[in-house]
Amino acid sequence: MRKYNVIIIGAGPAGLAAAIYTSRAALATLVIDESSAGGQVKTTHQVANYPGFVEPIAGHELAGNMRKQAERYNTKFKLAADITALHLSDQEKWIELDDEDKYTAEFVIIATGSSPRLLNIPGEKDYKGSGVSYCATCDAEFYKDKDIFVIGGGNSAMEESLLLLQFVKSITVIHQFDELQAEKITADKVTMNPKVNILWSHEPRAFYEKENKMVVEAENLKTNKRVRLERDGIFIFVGLVPNSAFLKNTPIQLTKYGYVITDPQMETNIRGVYAAGDIRDKRHRQITTAVGNGTISALEVIHKI
Amino acid sequence: MLQTDLEHIESEEQLKELIENNEKVAVCCGRMGPMCIPVYDIFEILQENYPDIQFWDMDFDIPAAAIIKGLPECRKFFGLPFTIYYRNGKVVKATSSIQSAKEVKSVIDEVFA
Repeated sequence: MRKYNVIIIGAGPAGLAAAIYTSRAALATLVIDESSAGGQVKTTHQVANYPGFVEPIAGHELAGNMRKQAERYNTKFKLAADITALHLSDQEKWIELDDEDKYTAEFVIIATGSSPRLLNIPGEKDYKGSGVSYCATCDAEFYKDKDIFVIGGGNSAMEESLLLLQFVKSITVIHQFDELQAEKITADKVTMNPKVNILWSHEPRAFYEKENKMVVEAENLKTNKRVRLERDGIFIFVGLVPNSAFLKNTPIQLTKYGYVITDPQMETNIRGVYAAGDIRDKRHRQITTAVGNGTISALEVIHKI
Repeated sequence: MLQTDLEHIESEEQLKELIENNEKVAVCCGRMGPMCIPVYDIFEILQENYPDIQFWDMDFDIPAAAIIKGLPECRKFFGLPFTIYYRNGKVVKATSSIQSAKEVKSVIDEVFA
């Protein structure tokens, strides 16, 4: 069993901010992440609202700098590592990874953030990258002058639609409600574009391919009738989900949506276990708020050790 | 120009030489975009765990990338990055769009075991 003062689960801004603080306080700090360091920031094209940067900074660059800063103070990393077992109690905390090593610490900070929500319907996974996409910036040009679906009606769906409209022939938005949830100014820009039509109160139930077209089978939520529509591609933007599935068999208290409940000092219902960043139950989810949460949790740990 | 710590393939000849002289090669062909960067990062991490595999990247917009875009395995790909796994000079797997570390490790276990 390898012993640390602090184990931080999640290498996004919250986790890395916490690691910078605990490492600088000379606490043995291990950061674990199932992917690489940076969280959602590394996949953000440009960050324009992080203080200290006059010009927007590329998300991957900001994330890379945070990681290097933590490493500079001797933070250890286990990246692309899966948690195979986890024990969190007031008295004892340990984590087992897929390399079969076990790690223990006096304090644990959970900072696993959130991820884009999947629809989890038949065909979604099968056609990822070959008809189903989650990124307009990346894949819009593959659909130049083609007809596509956009699934979702929130801010991300409408912002990505605006980008897609520069390439595609038409967009059919499929949305589960009778009105869009996006900010009015963005939603209006999309809905007033003649290339856009909207299928209200419908939810996709399955995707499949037919003669080089993608078919969406969608259910009318008011009548329960299903329609089948064909286009060239499907873009999905249906919000985020907290990365808390790994906590389900632990005593950590979660909200019904899967966010971790903490006190204002970021401590969970388990003594010595903290949560910071987007995984926390809170109203605002920004890089700056994640960094603030990470800092508070680290200072609490430093204070108690 | 890709800003990664991986080695970059810059010509068709370089790719051909790479797959002729190495049994196991993985190439991630993309841009500095949100779906591509996580895969480059995962390749960088896995380089240490799999020293017998050559992990490289390739800019999707250089002329030499035509060799990847033209692969039959990529004919229906509409999502970046295109990730190609070669064994003994032949394509043994190709994936499109973002892949998690778990998915990449699963492909490696499947095709390079």
